[in-house]
Amino acid sequence: MSFIAKPEVSHPGMPKNKLGLTSRDYEGTVSTLCAGCGHDSITAAIIQAVFELNIEPHMLAKMSGIGCSSKTPAYFLNQSHGFNSVHGRMPSVTTGANAANPDLTYIGISGDGDSLSIGVGQFVHAIRRNVNMCYVIENNGVYGLTKGQFSATADIGSKPKKGEPNNQEPIDPVSTALSLGATYIARSFSGDKEQLVPLLKGALMHRGFALLDIISPCVTFNDHEGSTKSYAHTRQFYHHVVDIDFIPPAEEIKAEYAEGETMSIELHGGSTIVLRKVDKDYDLTSRALAFKYLRERFNAGEITTGLLYLDESRAEMHELMGNIETPLSQLPLDQLHPGKEELKKLQSRYR
Amino acid sequence: MRPTDTSNPDYFHKVVDCQWGCPAHTDVPAYIRMIAQGQFSDAYMENRNSNVFPGILGRVCDRPCEPACRRRRIEDKPVAICRLKRVAADHRDDISERLPKAPETSNGKKVALIGAGCASLTVANDLAPLGYEVTIFEALQTTGGLMRTNIPQFRLPPKVLDEEIGYILDMNVDLKLNHSVDSLKELLDEDFDAVFVGSGAPRGRNLEIPGRYDSDRIHIGIDWLESVAFEHVKNIGKQVLIIGVGNTAMDCCRTSLRLGADNVKVMARKPRAFFKASAWELEDAEEENVEILVNHSPKEFVIEDGKLVGLKFELMEYNVDENGSIDRGIVTGEEIIPCDDVVLAIGQDNAFPWIERDIGIEFDEWDCPVVDEITMMCGRDGVFFGGDSAFGPKNIIWAVEHGHQAAISMHRYCQGENIEDRLPHGLNLVSQKMGMHEWSFSNDYDGASRRLMPHVDLLERFKKIDIEVELGFTAEQAVQEVERCLNCDIQTVFTADLCIECDACLDICPVNCLTITHNGEESELRTRLQAPAENHEQDLYVSAALPQTGRVMVKDEDLCVHCSLCAERCPTGAWDMQKSTILVPYAGDEASNHQPQSAAGSGT
Repeated sequence: MSFIAKPEVSHPGMPKNKLGLTSRDYEGTVSTLCAGCGHDSITAAIIQAVFELNIEPHMLAKMSGIGCSSKTPAYFLNQSHGFNSVHGRMPSVTTGANAANPDLTYIGISGDGDSLSIGVGQFVHAIRRNVNMCYVIENNGVYGLTKGQFSATADIGSKPKKGEPNNQEPIDPVSTALSLGATYIARSFSGDKEQLVPLLKGALMHRGFALLDIISPCVTFNDHEGSTKSYAHTRQFYHHVVDIDFIPPAEEIKAEYAEGETMSIELHGGSTIVLRKVDKDYDLTSRALAFKYLRERFNAGEITTGLLYLDESRAEMHELMGNIETPLSQLPLDQLHPGKEELKKLQSRYR
Repeated sequence: MRPTDTSNPDYFHKVVDCQWGCPAHTDVPAYIRMIAQGQFSDAYMENRNSNVFPGILGRVCDRPCEPACRRRRIEDKPVAICRLKRVAADHRDDISERLPKAPETSNGKKVALIGAGCASLTVANDLAPLGYEVTIFEALQTTGGLMRTNIPQFRLPPKVLDEEIGYILDMNVDLKLNHSVDSLKELLDEDFDAVFVGSGAPRGRNLEIPGRYDSDRIHIGIDWLESVAFEHVKNIGKQVLIIGVGNTAMDCCRTSLRLGADNVKVMARKPRAFFKASAWELEDAEEENVEILVNHSPKEFVIEDGKLVGLKFELMEYNVDENGSIDRGIVTGEEIIPCDDVVLAIGQDNAFPWIERDIGIEFDEWDCPVVDEITMMCGRDGVFFGGDSAFGPKNIIWAVEHGHQAAISMHRYCQGENIEDRLPHGLNLVSQKMGMHEWSFSNDYDGASRRLMPHVDLLERFKKIDIEVELGFTAEQAVQEVERCLNCDIQTVFTADLCIECDACLDICPVNCLTITHNGEESELRTRLQAPAENHEQDLYVSAALPQTGRVMVKDEDLCVHCSLCAERCPTGAWDMQKSTILVPYAGDEASNHQPQSAAGSGT
């Protein structure tokens, strides 16, 4: 951590968004993570994405569990709502919050330990319900807070700083989410904001469960030679499949794309995602093909990144359950609290 | 772009805007940190090393450092560098033991300096400790030149002058007062090994319009100020017009108020944007209720019964184009403004009636000597110029720098060495890291605004002519003002080999001055940075190719606040904060024939 706060002073030529805010207005306190942690870069990417989306800070809730990753909501959006929950329980707390107020934008920050070890049960059910949220896994393959033991995403053969290489199968959050029916699935790298920021914007604007698996090297315990989650290893085996550009509602597509190499998909709410296909054979609307492709590339030792699956048609949690659209906080008391008589009637149905 | 060559001392020197902007290259951040630590004597000596007259310059320097100050680009008001210099001077202990001294035996070389102003005194300061026998010829009855005759006592008390000039004269300098040199030729025939001309620009410009010679109440500004300084003039009429809006005009109007005038108007031909006076001098004059009228061009003096009663002006209107240049203007009317006295402060010129034109000194079309800008030598070997007499009116700090450079040349000349073969600037870099997150300097940005200089009460200050208006910063003000300094000399130094491109420095930088990107041509690269790099006067610091991706680290030096967060957040130490000391050679370094050493304590 640093002993001084990031100075208030900023570049006089800093751009402002439609709300008149600069990206500095979306910051939090100075990070207490190790210097060089990938998580800090993801924090910066989130700030950039939310700034560019013109989201009012009070209309966003940042949710987390326990771990290095789960500390990071303190480092961005210090004027937003936040809930730092029990280890691995962020998905259910977010589900509850979303049930009560669907108007907020939900961003859940988790790690490979929080989501794929202690919280794996919560993780899969949030996907199953298609909770409308952006779910970020800051994936470094180790338990950083407890001094670097391998986590459930460690690759076979990956070497620790000390001791024996990992020999257990890793859980791949992307394949897991794909099998469970998540509707927006992407993988990226903390060291590649050009790819990451548009993916975050798409995930925040997607209606339904958006999973972002972000390789985020642990500089202290997993950035050495032989590690498969280091900066150097990730850069070496990094492979863009589909990059996206995010176009907000009612804005024209200004960039020039070569004929036949792009595809546009409109999101609920009017924004557009332009898919820039780096690998032309990839079809991100087919689960079966996505599975096959991911497995092949994984076996070839590549780290497949980009927007890997997108389905805008599936209903999200509120639609599935037929819930009222109005947030509970905005319902008049007589609707929110129908009274003793109504309760009696309801109970009598179960007698 | 090619990787930045940081071994060239000029690169990091330019980052220290104040020091780069100072003609004498005073190490401003170093002395400000000394003040912060209460080392006033050290701060004074650090100043004296480069600018020779800290007490004087701490009051009346033209302070080119302040417009250059990085703080000004960040929040408008620069650090009060000049007045902090005065803090060092005001609070220093007895420093006599630390002053340079003349050796007991002479080196057998004699130099003559003409004029006892700041340029000559600097030459004496640099050469006397080397054993030169220095003789100063001064036409007036006292030392200081323009500093004493043209700068009013309420801005620069004589005591301050006497003290700092005394430090130099005490080095066995032979001072000949009331001794005007009427012929350079005759002086050259004497037994001097080198001659320095520091006689200033002593002729105030005249205004040749009708009525100019019909009254004795029309004064030439610099001559009039000199008469006031020597108490030949003790009063002036009630209504005074000052013609011109340079710094001399500001001194004239404020002096008039102290000699009995109660209505003083400064008359400007052009709009305010074209005033020559420094902003702070205008402010100080206006605080004393001096009225400044723009767009008035003097046409003729109005004389009634042989008495000056007013001045007729043409009222002007100008067009200013988008580049900010002004046209000649058109006359829209006339106005007579009544007055008892008029003071002309419209500039001054060099005058060398005492230099023969057949002794090998070339004069240009403006009748100024042709002087080499580096060696300060004119066409005749062994004759050097400095201060206003070299290139026309500039300011004290330029005169000091001319003096330093002339002293180097005179030393080399007297020793039979090539005067163009001078020691280059050097550079020292020392890491300031003390621990994981500890630096040897105060790196936390302080958002405090510039402290205001306390002034003597308006009524009180007019009671006598020599009441110094500025009181100097209080201890509390000094403590706050020093923290405003951004320590631009603590450089961000980057080692490309160590970088793992984690982006930590980019993410933490409060002013977005860092970018990792693909290399390109400068003009194109400037458009691809995290924040617009539109100030082309500030360099881009470009690294070698980074190990993992071959991209480059680019730093826009423009707005860096030297908070060291990039270095704190760097996991590999690729960024480090290192104090740069620019090693500026003086005559003494030439004499010992080695690179200058950094001043004691300047690394802290």
